[in-house]
Amino acid sequence: MSFYGIVDGSESSLKHFLAQLPGVDQVGAEARAAMLATRSIKTTSKRWAIDTAISMVDLTTLEGADTAGKVRALCSKAVRPDPTDPTVPSVGAICVYNDMVAIARTHLDSIGGQHVPVAAVSTAFPSGRASMEVKIQDTQDAIDAGAAEIDMVIDRGAFLSGQFGLVFDEIVKIREVCGDRAHLKVIFETGELVTYDNVRKASYLAMLAGADFIKTSTGKVAPAATPPVVLVMLEAVRDFYSMTNRRIGVKPAGGIRNTKDAIKQLVLVNETAGPEWLTPELFRIGASALLNDLLMQRMKIDDGYYASPNYVTID
Amino acid sequence: MATTPKKPVARLEVKKTYKLYINGAFPRSESGRVYEVLTSKGVSVANPSLASRKDLRDAVVAARAAQSGWAKATAYNRGQILYRIAEMLEGRADQIANEISLATGVTSKKAHDEVLTAIDRWVWYAGWSDKLSAAFGATNPVSGPYYNFTIPEPQGVIAVAPAESFLAFIDAIAPAIVSGNTVVALVPGSAAIAAMTFAEVLATSDLPAGVINILTGSHDELAPWAASHMDIDGFDISGITKKKRADLKVAGAENLKRIHHFEGTPSPTRIYAFMEAKTVWHPIGV
Repeated sequence: MSFYGIVDGSESSLKHFLAQLPGVDQVGAEARAAMLATRSIKTTSKRWAIDTAISMVDLTTLEGADTAGKVRALCSKAVRPDPTDPTVPSVGAICVYNDMVAIARTHLDSIGGQHVPVAAVSTAFPSGRASMEVKIQDTQDAIDAGAAEIDMVIDRGAFLSGQFGLVFDEIVKIREVCGDRAHLKVIFETGELVTYDNVRKASYLAMLAGADFIKTSTGKVAPAATPPVVLVMLEAVRDFYSMTNRRIGVKPAGGIRNTKDAIKQLVLVNETAGPEWLTPELFRIGASALLNDLLMQRMKIDDGYYASPNYVTID
Repeated sequence: MATTPKKPVARLEVKKTYKLYINGAFPRSESGRVYEVLTSKGVSVANPSLASRKDLRDAVVAARAAQSGWAKATAYNRGQILYRIAEMLEGRADQIANEISLATGVTSKKAHDEVLTAIDRWVWYAGWSDKLSAAFGATNPVSGPYYNFTIPEPQGVIAVAPAESFLAFIDAIAPAIVSGNTVVALVPGSAAIAAMTFAEVLATSDLPAGVINILTGSHDELAPWAASHMDIDGFDISGITKKKRADLKVAGAENLKRIHHFEGTPSPTRIYAFMEAKTVWHPIGV
């Protein structure tokens, strides 16, 4: 088998390919991310950035205490984030646990939200500690229930101990389960990968194995989507595009709580991967609290005075 | 070998940088701006920070986050903390009096009197914390088998724009916080110097961060933003001139903000002005 004509899927070919990737200049990456974070985005650009960011939000609820009611409320919010203002775009997707997929899909369809896809976290999220059979079944369940996007976690233990073939095979198998019915996002949990070099290696590993998106974190581990990590991943998708002519998406998740953080991410995308990535098809932001802040900032621009959290929904 | 100077070089004075007080910390203005406070003879006293609308925005976020915790503290505890602030203030009385007389040109005696009056008023307001429910609450007669209570509760986040004096500043914040509100104070002109020294008192008085936030600068710049801010529940405009009050009231009406200005002696009605009444029905015999 051949993957993009770059590796044949064997442990040795992967090791060989990943070993020849250049190391990440840690100081350089952090300095570049910090420099880009100082860009000031104002007035009409800010208004555009806010609407773009809203359309990129994967509105997420991943808690043990999730109920069908909470998921339905979130779906309503996903379709019409601000019920008083129909010009606010719908969000990119709803992201829920496996068993909530059918509830979310049914509710979205019943309120005119057919255009909002449901993403399911899969493969024993968030730890990834389960047998391959369970992970496949987990994914199959979600797709059968109507998930159009699968957010799978990699086996970080295997990755950190150098078993790249194992991680690669898992992604390939889940890719097969997804087929053309679902988009595959691969979560690295960068907070557990320790180094930027590992983030770069994991990015290529996932892209070669067939990921449509690479995603930073589960949201359960801090640090999560720090700007330098996202920068390294954006460089990886950019370089992968020049190698294979295929654009892979990036999804930072976790720790992006306000408009300022979200706009910083958009600046990173524009300056690293390029403006082609500034679309919900290629860039998503996994978040829950962020949406309210985006809405409040949007109100501030439109009304000319500061908004209050009392005027946006709690969840 | 280097030669030792015969006479020691005159000591360089270590001058204080007057910054803002937001969320228990002392940041500079986000805008980086300062303004100059001069003595009556035109000598420079200090360069306080000139707060911008974004500093106001940050202060409101801090005040909102601190509000529920401050309101949840027992009235007894709030009274204790306010009294503790008075204790710390007593130790700084000379410093604040000096700053007042430098910045306003009043005599040292007058400045001292102002500080001592301020401390006494502060303690007087502190004493009200556990008496508010008795003074403003009620058990109401209703025609049914119910107890009906009226319970006074703090409103939330209050902005205050006091006149340009230390006493006016104290008179504005003490009644606002004693009931459990949190405050964003907009301190104008030369009053900034003493107010920021007062912030150092707050930082060492067990007052939770964000309960009192102090911005120094211009009422003309900040008050319209405070009046229109949807997340500020009340606004004390005692230091705003009569001509400018109407516009603020119009801006505040948009978000149902209570806007008051006060004159005269301290009074518990000044506390109640930024409280609201909750009515509770409780069945009898259950």
